[in-house]
Amino acid sequence: MTIFLQNARIIDPEAGTETIGNLILDGGIIAAIGAAAAPKGAQVIDCGGKCVAPGIVDIGVKIGEPGERHRESFRSAGLAAAAGGVTTIVARPDTKPAIDTPEVLEFVTRRAAEAPVRIHHMAALTKGREGREMVEISFMLDAGALAFTDVDHVVTDTKVLGRALTYARSLGALVIGHPQDPGLSKGAAVTSGKFASLLGLPGVHPMAERIGLDRDLGMVEMTGVRYHADQITCARSLPALTRAKRNGLDVTAGVSIHHLTLNDLDVGDYRSFFKFTPPLRPEEDRLAVVEAVASGLIDIICSMHTPADEESKRLPFEEAAAGAIALETFLPAAMRLYHAGAMDLPGLFRAMALNPAKRLGLPQGRMAEGAPADLVLFDPDAPFMLDRSKLQSKSKNTPFDGQRMEGRVIATFVAGRQVFGEGNAHA
Amino acid sequence: MSFRARHLLGIQHLAPDEIKAVLDLADKYVDLNRRSIKKSDALAGMTQINMFFENSTRTQASFELAGKRLGADVMNMSVAQSSVKKGETLIDTALTLNAMHPDLLVVRHGASGAVNLLAEKVNCAVLNAGDGRHEHPTQALLDALTIRRAKGRIQRLTVAICGDVAHSRVARSNLILLGKMENRVRLVAPPTLMPAGVAEFGCEVFDDMRKGLEGADVVMMLRLQKERMDGGFIPSEREYYHRYGLDAEKLSHAKPDAIVMHPGPMNRGVEIDGEIADDINRSVIQEQVEMGVAVRMACMDLLARNLRAERGAKATGVMV
Repeated sequence: MTIFLQNARIIDPEAGTETIGNLILDGGIIAAIGAAAAPKGAQVIDCGGKCVAPGIVDIGVKIGEPGERHRESFRSAGLAAAAGGVTTIVARPDTKPAIDTPEVLEFVTRRAAEAPVRIHHMAALTKGREGREMVEISFMLDAGALAFTDVDHVVTDTKVLGRALTYARSLGALVIGHPQDPGLSKGAAVTSGKFASLLGLPGVHPMAERIGLDRDLGMVEMTGVRYHADQITCARSLPALTRAKRNGLDVTAGVSIHHLTLNDLDVGDYRSFFKFTPPLRPEEDRLAVVEAVASGLIDIICSMHTPADEESKRLPFEEAAAGAIALETFLPAAMRLYHAGAMDLPGLFRAMALNPAKRLGLPQGRMAEGAPADLVLFDPDAPFMLDRSKLQSKSKNTPFDGQRMEGRVIATFVAGRQVFGEGNAHA
Repeated sequence: MSFRARHLLGIQHLAPDEIKAVLDLADKYVDLNRRSIKKSDALAGMTQINMFFENSTRTQASFELAGKRLGADVMNMSVAQSSVKKGETLIDTALTLNAMHPDLLVVRHGASGAVNLLAEKVNCAVLNAGDGRHEHPTQALLDALTIRRAKGRIQRLTVAICGDVAHSRVARSNLILLGKMENRVRLVAPPTLMPAGVAEFGCEVFDDMRKGLEGADVVMMLRLQKERMDGGFIPSEREYYHRYGLDAEKLSHAKPDAIVMHPGPMNRGVEIDGEIADDINRSVIQEQVEMGVAVRMACMDLLARNLRAERGAKATGVMV
């Protein structure tokens, strides 16, 4: 099937450009950019001057398989992703049980086939994410693991961590860390400060992230492993990151879309949909981190999609589960940064598509002839009110419920095939 | 009518005139409580349920007595050993109780914000009898009444709140109330028991108790909340008593007529010297207990009036 996208505002994150033109998708790849006319027999989609960008590559999506399929299945996550312009999901291993053996990895790989978008998997770094013994890193790499991470469990024993990192380095594996000092952050529900004190909630000082990052960077320097910090959310972590990159360590960093668009005051009257790990930060931190993404110091924006059922959220704030779903709200939320003038569209898609794909060794994320035809067609200005009951995810825990958003996905393509969209796009 | 609140979840949501309305009415109930026949029909026909997820003797007794003196049917649910243990969630418990049509729900819970959460799910008036480290509004109101009766005013006073501020909902509610009524508030605590960012609340912060008490009109001691501590906030109780326990020498730095308060239960010899606590010329600790019943009567009376007005308006189809 050949698709001709005409009159598109083409976002190229690599070149940093936006141009009006046509695209030909054929054989699963972008066959031509800038072609004048539709090839014979091609399905023609008039984009009406709306944006076409590489589909989002989302590192760190929690899917409830195995163990919590009632919260999210590969199918529901895939539908949510397609509706949100996410064409590649990189799933987290914080499942029940954890993805820590090649057998479990094979199971999820099979299950993932029911999703309409591409799904890759990460594996746990240590067995059961318990921080005691490393997993079979080599077998897991062979089985398709893209990276190794214990997600929000910090490996506290530096001897264990050192061995795992050294072993991972010998295999060229990417390790994703959660920079957080586990002692300081133990039991915390929010960021410490005036607001936490007023609410009477246990808080964690932002220094816990800096200390965690400093430790991890020390371990990276010691072992030479390829390292990615999952979420950098505080201003005071940034100088350490700058230094590590300047010193030539193979280090990248990410941040979740929520930490870029919400701040600690959003918790308001104990709203558990605004509880995250790490917790939301004060506005000064948010602004500093947005600037770090714009400058490229922070490489990757991810959704940290974390489905949680009503029962685990309708609890007193301290006891409620942390995390929010985000696959479907990722792009509209990111448009807040665009409309606020903090970032341009090529810059956003560099952080949401190109950089994560590059870091994971995937061919996606590029707007180039020969690149995979994984694309999103969207209107960055279309306004709407978000209604969580209309979202595709099985869990509905979004902090954006009832909020005004701008930016709607019109159609999503994976390997040159339309997986989401209606109206004009179906013509 | 100047008291507009539907629930009493915290001092945070009250305006100064609402606080004054509670105190004025409570004064009247103090008089009633000192008579031999201590009965009013303010809550006649109404049902009050006391739901204490955390054990409490004093506060629960105070609320129970307050409700009974106002003529309400009072039920005590000892939730600590009931269905909650069987895995029922807070919201399910609330919905179950709500189906029994209570008018006033008095709730204490160990988690900050739990009472707010519960209040969203029920149709009756909810009184917060203490939630985690968040608020304990009736305690702050009874403290304010005690101060007003002892000092003749609840404005332009220097109040030192001393001790375990970090774990104290009493401190939070008092800090907010005293600030709203335009007093000068000082917090005195070792830095490990001082919550983060507290200086931004518009109070002064001291870790030297003598300096903190300098010229104070009111010295409010807090209980060292050993049960809320997960270890290592202070080196030992004896060192704590040495530096932060209120004794005659430390009290001498406050004004000569300064009053001493404590929300109870006291750890004698930890945060307060027994002799000071019992000194009828300085200590108003027993008055605080007495004011507690009156203040709780006033709060429930005012909430019941609003509840009746709301229901009456609904019945006649008038929008409120």
